[in-house]
Amino acid sequence: MDKFEKLTGIAAPMPLVNIDTDMIIPKQFLKTIKRSGLGVNLFDEMRYDDNGDEIPDFVLNKPQYRDAEILVAGDNFGCGSSREHAPWALKDFGVKSVISTSFADIFYNNCFKNGILPIVLPKEAVDVLMKDAEKGSNARMTVDLESQMVTSSDGDSFPFELDSFKKHCLMNGLDDIGLTMEKASAIDAFEAQAEQARPWV
Amino acid sequence: MSPKTLYDKIWDAHVAHEADDGTCLLYIDRHLVHEVTSPQAFEGLRMTGRSVRAPDKTIAVPDHNVPTTPGREDPKNMTEDSAIQVAALDKNAKDFGIHYYPVSDVRQGIVHIVGPEQGWTLPGMTVVCGDSHTATHGAFGALAHGIGTSEVEHVLATQTLIQKKSKNMKVEITGKLRPGVTAKDITLSVIGKTGTAGGTGYVIEYCGEAIRDLSMEGRMTVCNMAIEGGARAGLIAPDEKTFEYVNGRPHAPKGAQWEAALTWWKTLFSDEDAHWDQVITIKGEDIAPVVTWGTSPEDVLPITAVVPSADSFEGGKVGAAQRSLDYMGLTPGQKLSDIEIDTVFIGSCTNGRIEDLRAAAEILKGKKIAVKRAMIVPGSGLVRAQAEEEGLADIFKEAGFEWRLAGCSMCLAMNPDQLAPGERCAATSNRNFEGRQGRGGRTHLMSPAMAAAAAVTGKLTDVREMM
Ligand code: SF4
Repeated sequence: MDKFEKLTGIAAPMPLVNIDTDMIIPKQFLKTIKRSGLGVNLFDEMRYDDNGDEIPDFVLNKPQYRDAEILVAGDNFGCGSSREHAPWALKDFGVKSVISTSFADIFYNNCFKNGILPIVLPKEAVDVLMKDAEKGSNARMTVDLESQMVTSSDGDSFPFELDSFKKHCLMNGLDDIGLTMEKASAIDAFEAQAEQARPWV
Repeated sequence: MSPKTLYDKIWDAHVAHEADDGTCLLYIDRHLVHEVTSPQAFEGLRMTGRSVRAPDKTIAVPDHNVPTTPGREDPKNMTEDSAIQVAALDKNAKDFGIHYYPVSDVRQGIVHIVGPEQGWTLPGMTVVCGDSHTATHGAFGALAHGIGTSEVEHVLATQTLIQKKSKNMKVEITGKLRPGVTAKDITLSVIGKTGTAGGTGYVIEYCGEAIRDLSMEGRMTVCNMAIEGGARAGLIAPDEKTFEYVNGRPHAPKGAQWEAALTWWKTLFSDEDAHWDQVITIKGEDIAPVVTWGTSPEDVLPITAVVPSADSFEGGKVGAAQRSLDYMGLTPGQKLSDIEIDTVFIGSCTNGRIEDLRAAAEILKGKKIAVKRAMIVPGSGLVRAQAEEEGLADIFKEAGFEWRLAGCSMCLAMNPDQLAPGERCAATSNRNFEGRQGRGGRTHLMSPAMAAAAAVTGKLTDVREMM
């Protein structure tokens, strides 16, 4: 998993509340054998019309937000099904952090498994950041995981809370596999000993 | 040293790391892979730039959704989703350098049949696969269980699994089996007794004279369904039969290595005073040829019984039984041997081995089927070849059975082999869930001999009447 340290990038405003995983990635795209490649279908039904043409009004279709790496979203982002395809699609599009007043539990956890940082902030803070995001591509927002701080383009800073274990995993780019790999020397040692004891394996 | 169970011994030999809270990294000796649960795991490796830690210990074979009809080497003869998944496995096996048996290879078959057949599965090993019926390999005295896709990726990358230890359960089948009673009847009867959650939290060791008397094929049938009883794994201590089965297989040890292996394998048994968290004893002579009547593998009855009424059960099972009866279209009090069958399916990782086909052929010899359709799906290309050589295939074809290529087929109906709504099937597979063999399909589980008998009479039949 990619390490997450400090991110400065374009933030796209999505003030809609209850953005569910069906909106994030509709079910017809779940038949894939991949976790990657879903970015083109991120928010598919909001993003494209029936002919498959882009809907110009949708935020991520606007020139200033096409390279957004942060979403500032309405309450209860990521509700609905447990599909990990939702964070897969966000990640594939290039979104690395989502800011909201609240997240659906499963989606929140799925984000960490995929190197995405979901940030919970009080309504007043989200309102300020939403306005900042609406300024477009010149308004670059900074997310600093180490100091647990979001800073708007105007320099307004908001601290956020985060489970220390999750922070550790994200900062070091660790997932379960990454954590196990920290014990690689134990596995190496075991393998060497097992190779002696049971060479036929 | 304190006495240990077989499970304790294998576990202890594979702990690569133990954390303070008892969470262990269990080293995995064999990782079996198939096309349905692996694509995202390989994709995960690619996205993180990881490799397969032990490609030599990783074996892949497509089985779940491949057609079992001729011409399947051509992807055009598969549904698009299947072709994509199979092509992905082809590519992943090649890119990551793991052992692979493509559909065009005579050794291809159901992953749990191919593993033992090729000598990948050996006593004392840890074996995992992204499939719950990995328990099958426990027949060799290997600790074998199913894992999810994230864990598949974890094993690919680290050759270990994050695990906590299960409890020990002993299931002893004493004495001899009566004629017409098989390994399938043992394993179904155990589930009938313990229920589908009875094994939850346990690793089961099957032992006793009736288990010792079983062939390796029979032992695989017994362990295969440990998962239907809720257990993490099923085990049988290795013995001379095990060693004889393994000896000479392509990936079994040879020469001095064989001798060294044998020395260790002979220590793999539960010590006399080992601690068991639970013990279940069943008399072999009390086991009858059984069938399932409902939609859970625990809905087991002797073929001589009648369909039960829902109110003969207790608690939550009353509602479940009623739902089962409705789904299965059965009336309480109806004799099980009066139930008419439309289709017969003989195959799967439970009963797709040569011995299973021999048992079916013995009943079918010189007879004709009295059902709409009947198919035999050998568990591997090698089982198929052997059955042809032994003349079994001719018996099946003359009886009116379709003689298919190897794969999972109608066990889970992911390929085109499916029941129609309401169609009733005598099946040698392992799950009778609603819709398992096709939407609305009705499944009765039983042994290969019983399924063959049903094919001949068109009804569920006591095979003992045909012997
Ligand atoms: S035969 Fe059935 S139970 Fe066995 S691996 Fe295939 S689908 Fe699973």
